[in-house]
Amino acid sequence: MGYILSRLISLVVSLAAASVVIFAAVEVVPGDPAAFMLGLNASEDTIAALRAELGLDGSVLERYVGWVGGMLTGDFGTSYTYRVPVADLVSQRIVVSLPLAGYALLLSTLLAVPAGLVAAAWRGRAPDYGIMAASQLGIAVPNFWFAMLLVLAFAITWKIFPAGGFPGWEAGFWAGMRALTLPAIALALPQAAILARVLRSALIEQTGQDYIRTARAKGLSSGAALRRHGLRNAMIPVLTILGLQFSFLLAGAIIIENVFFLPGLGRLIFQGITQRDLVVVESVTMLLVCAVIVVTFLVDIAYALVDPRLRRR
Amino acid sequence: MAGRGAVQLWIGAGLSGFFCLAGLLSLVWTPYDVTVLDIGNKLAPPSAEHLLGTDHLGRDMLSMIMAGARTSIAVALVAVGIGIGLGVPLGLWAAARKGSLTDEIVMRGNDLVFAFPSLVIAILITAVFGPSAVNAIIAIGIFNIPVFARVARGAALTLWTQDFILAARVAGKKSARISVEHILPNIANLLIVQGTIQFSLGILAEAGLSYVGLGTQPPTPSWGRMLADAQTFFYGNPSLAILPGLAIVLTVLGLNLMGDGLRDALDPRLQRSIR
Repeated sequence: MGYILSRLISLVVSLAAASVVIFAAVEVVPGDPAAFMLGLNASEDTIAALRAELGLDGSVLERYVGWVGGMLTGDFGTSYTYRVPVADLVSQRIVVSLPLAGYALLLSTLLAVPAGLVAAAWRGRAPDYGIMAASQLGIAVPNFWFAMLLVLAFAITWKIFPAGGFPGWEAGFWAGMRALTLPAIALALPQAAILARVLRSALIEQTGQDYIRTARAKGLSSGAALRRHGLRNAMIPVLTILGLQFSFLLAGAIIIENVFFLPGLGRLIFQGITQRDLVVVESVTMLLVCAVIVVTFLVDIAYALVDPRLRRR
Repeated sequence: MAGRGAVQLWIGAGLSGFFCLAGLLSLVWTPYDVTVLDIGNKLAPPSAEHLLGTDHLGRDMLSMIMAGARTSIAVALVAVGIGIGLGVPLGLWAAARKGSLTDEIVMRGNDLVFAFPSLVIAILITAVFGPSAVNAIIAIGIFNIPVFARVARGAALTLWTQDFILAARVAGKKSARISVEHILPNIANLLIVQGTIQFSLGILAEAGLSYVGLGTQPPTPSWGRMLADAQTFFYGNPSLAILPGLAIVLTVLGLNLMGDGLRDALDPRLQRSIR
């Protein structure tokens, strides 16, 4: 319980600190947010009207409290360019971004776990070298460039997948998944490369342990001993990486969603920035950071479930 | 295994050195001037005059790649410099006062920076302060600070318990002087290895930011921008997108191999840090 409580306190402190940083970056640093949003040619009257609309006449503290209070009650403000509540925009976009991140995480795990197991079981031999070389390459490839190559191969040369766009889930589950497949592969490959490397070294660390020797002594092959006993013990570093990857997937999606013209959260932030819609930028950034911090918290809790020794700390 | 590390080191140094030299050379000479447009000669295939062909504005691709190397490498290098320049002193300071309020503040601040998806904040910074190469450097550099602070603190903490540090303290040296004279030289290896890793991540980050238009601005050539430009002409001219991408991959691959090789060469026991 003490462990969970300490993680919970750190969760709340991180969220509070993150909200201050984002608020300061967006609303305090650029000077007058209303003038910033409207650009150089705006007249005094329009700026004054926007100031009133955004509630900028209050003190910095009042505005901060208002913003955080609104976020807590589900009111993310009203987008200046779209003229609809940001919460509505987010709920339209999240049905693209979340499945995309989940799809990519699934692909990356499906690719990395067997690769890591094979590399660890055949350590120092050809399969290990092959997998390590492939993962070295996977880490070096920028995912948006890989995305362009995928489009060239699977959308232009062989017309198997669409080159971009999203038909909406109304068009059917498979149509939606087809549109998300190339983006998910592009996101998953570099993540799988990192995950496979971490899993391999975590497993290799386990091979020297007594319990693996016991499992081998009772007749399990080295591969089976690793799969049945080593994998669970190698989970802690793997969980850390999976937690970190969630944040990479959210952030990486900003660029990938732009490559494929997917109407997701990343593209929403990006459009917010190019249209200087600070309300959208501020709230959606906070939402993404909040997601990352909460996932980190969940990973910490998952440690305790995987490794009961941590619970007693 | 030592032999394999050395092979990695040399292949890596060769690859990244090649692109660094190309970038340096572009300061004084490129086959063609990249600021001169030759629209009549646009999208030309590779030929004796233009070894790698020309882009959509008739600029020589080989010259563009060379000049792009200069931008990408300079941005990543300065960002690593920011990380080392601010992060290492912070880490050393925190280690010298382990358990104090200073240490606590430095480490919690680090945790906070790690909690942010780096690209989101980089995009936020370039959005608020305007897109430019300088702001891209700052955005990438900020995320290098906690990385180096953490590496420096972790390594310094183990050193502080050793006898030769105790001897220096008995000799009456202040902790700041011990940090600089005794700790820093002993953690330099680690910092160099981490530096090559951050350097390669910086090149990827710069490419990403420039690709979405928030990094290097035209007319300055950069690999990320070349990829963004190439997207429109992708169908008929895939080489416009493939060449700058290959340059990024080979440079990053070279730096990573060099980092691995250096790590093995400098200290075989060193664990690769989680990225």
